[in-house]
Amino acid sequence: MRWDRMLTVARIDLRRLFKSKDYWIPMGFLASVFFIGLPFLLLTIVTSTTSSDLVNKIGEVLQTLPGPVQDNVVGTTPEARGAYMLAVYLLAPVAIVVPLTISSAVGAHAIVGERERGTGEFLAHSPLTEREIFMGKMLASLVPGFLATAVGFAVYSLLVNIKVGPLIGGWFFPTAGWWILIVWVVPPFIALALSVILWVSSKVRSTAAAQQAATLVSLPVIFAAYGVSSGLLINPVLAAFGIGLVAWVLAILGLITGSRALSRESLLGFGGDG
Amino acid sequence: MPSAIEFSHVTRRFGDITAVDDLTLEVPEGSITVLLGPNGAGKTTTVRLATGALGSDKGAIRVLGLDPQTDGDEVRARCAVVPPKPALYDNLTGWENLKFSADIFAADHAAIRPAAERFGIEHALDLNVGGYSTGMRTRLALARAVLHDPEVLLLDEPTAGLDPESARAVLNLIRELAGRGRTIVLCTHLLHEAEGVADQVVLMGAGHARIVGSQDDLADRFVTNPAVIIDAEDRSSLTRLNEHRDVVSAEWNGAIHVRLAHLDRLPDLVADLVGSGVRITRVEPDNPTLETLYFEMQRSLREES
Repeated sequence: MRWDRMLTVARIDLRRLFKSKDYWIPMGFLASVFFIGLPFLLLTIVTSTTSSDLVNKIGEVLQTLPGPVQDNVVGTTPEARGAYMLAVYLLAPVAIVVPLTISSAVGAHAIVGERERGTGEFLAHSPLTEREIFMGKMLASLVPGFLATAVGFAVYSLLVNIKVGPLIGGWFFPTAGWWILIVWVVPPFIALALSVILWVSSKVRSTAAAQQAATLVSLPVIFAAYGVSSGLLINPVLAAFGIGLVAWVLAILGLITGSRALSRESLLGFGGDG
Repeated sequence: MPSAIEFSHVTRRFGDITAVDDLTLEVPEGSITVLLGPNGAGKTTTVRLATGALGSDKGAIRVLGLDPQTDGDEVRARCAVVPPKPALYDNLTGWENLKFSADIFAADHAAIRPAAERFGIEHALDLNVGGYSTGMRTRLALARAVLHDPEVLLLDEPTAGLDPESARAVLNLIRELAGRGRTIVLCTHLLHEAEGVADQVVLMGAGHARIVGSQDDLADRFVTNPAVIIDAEDRSSLTRLNEHRDVVSAEWNGAIHVRLAHLDRLPDLVADLVGSGVRITRVEPDNPTLETLYFEMQRSLREES
């Protein structure tokens, strides 16, 4: 595989994506809601509440958490401890759900879209190998998700520190668990989901079918991601490394299998689900 | 002359449909070969097999001495295809489309603007292709095809739906590349566009190459009665041509198109006409057009079957 040609495919796809406002405006809105809007609303409610009922309920929730987790929750008042728990633990799945949604939206029509536009004919007659095309498409689908993760993570960190930091004695975010989640766990999960989505995209005949399939693929990955991020509460380092490692292995296997699914004939519109 | 493209008993099926059926074909290097035939004759599949975009079920294919199935990357790097639909990215500019192709085919970026100028599209390079007319899109696809100076150019119905200016750009490209020793394969069912450019004409039908030859060879084989065009100052004096012993038929079509039993009877015919007081203004050979040949070949095949 020639990396320069693979990067050319990725670059042109990203260029097309960048020029497609129909795509990035809704996706930007989605990321803003989950990384900024929702956390801001919840943290504002928790940190500024004067309701003794709500404070009591937060205290009850904290009591249900496992002992080691309770030990990790920082703060001297129920409001501070509630805000810390919300910021560090309960919103963690957002870090996976948002980039996965963004990337799968790109990946779903990455290959079938070439067919629908007729540009698959150009790729099929080009000297690009099937693997270069697949990996280029993969990279172009990963980048928006990773970018959303990086930007969203930075903004979320700022927001959390501004809202919760004063209650617990200073800036505390990101925690070690979040670093591992973002750097080690999120990337393979997205890659794993995308390898399946691109495999589907190379098999089906329409973007609509690819999007439906992508949704079906994304759901279990999202649930798994939720479980993973919750598992990180218990023992961040061990759980994250273990689960991340498994996810990386699966992602690599998925990439190998997925890249074999793409053929020139499928770019021309032959084969597939009929 | 060595062959640039060789098909030897090649078959390709799609389910129950046989798109190319035991096709044997040679395209000499540096020649212009025109594949004629109705829709579904197998022309597009032949092009796709030549670059290795499709694999064959049976038979052997060699392009530039290479097997497109095993050496496809090299074959495709040395060929270019202009498909019926230009296959361009609509939300990229003309420049971005050409640059993408240049990067893939390892062509120099300096070749982009001259290629665009060659097809009169340089003024629109900064515009998104989605706003291009059909003719502009085809001309951009042609510019893209020549960026890497391919040794073999495969044009699949390139002039379908084009304005005369763009169609002429296609034909000029064909002649110019052939003049530089490049091999051209032109698939078409628009016969007038292939008129006079073909070194070799291949009539395809049901996946076969049914008839192969140069336009002159095919004229000799399939047009049995030579034809001439005759005109006179007073055309009414030619109305009785049909009654002349050497004339097989005479039809009015702008001038009088006369089919003779033998070409060597033409001097006698002219002498008879002059002798009977006809003031002749025009006598010239009426070479069969490709369209005439096409229908003669089809008729011949029908009679054979």
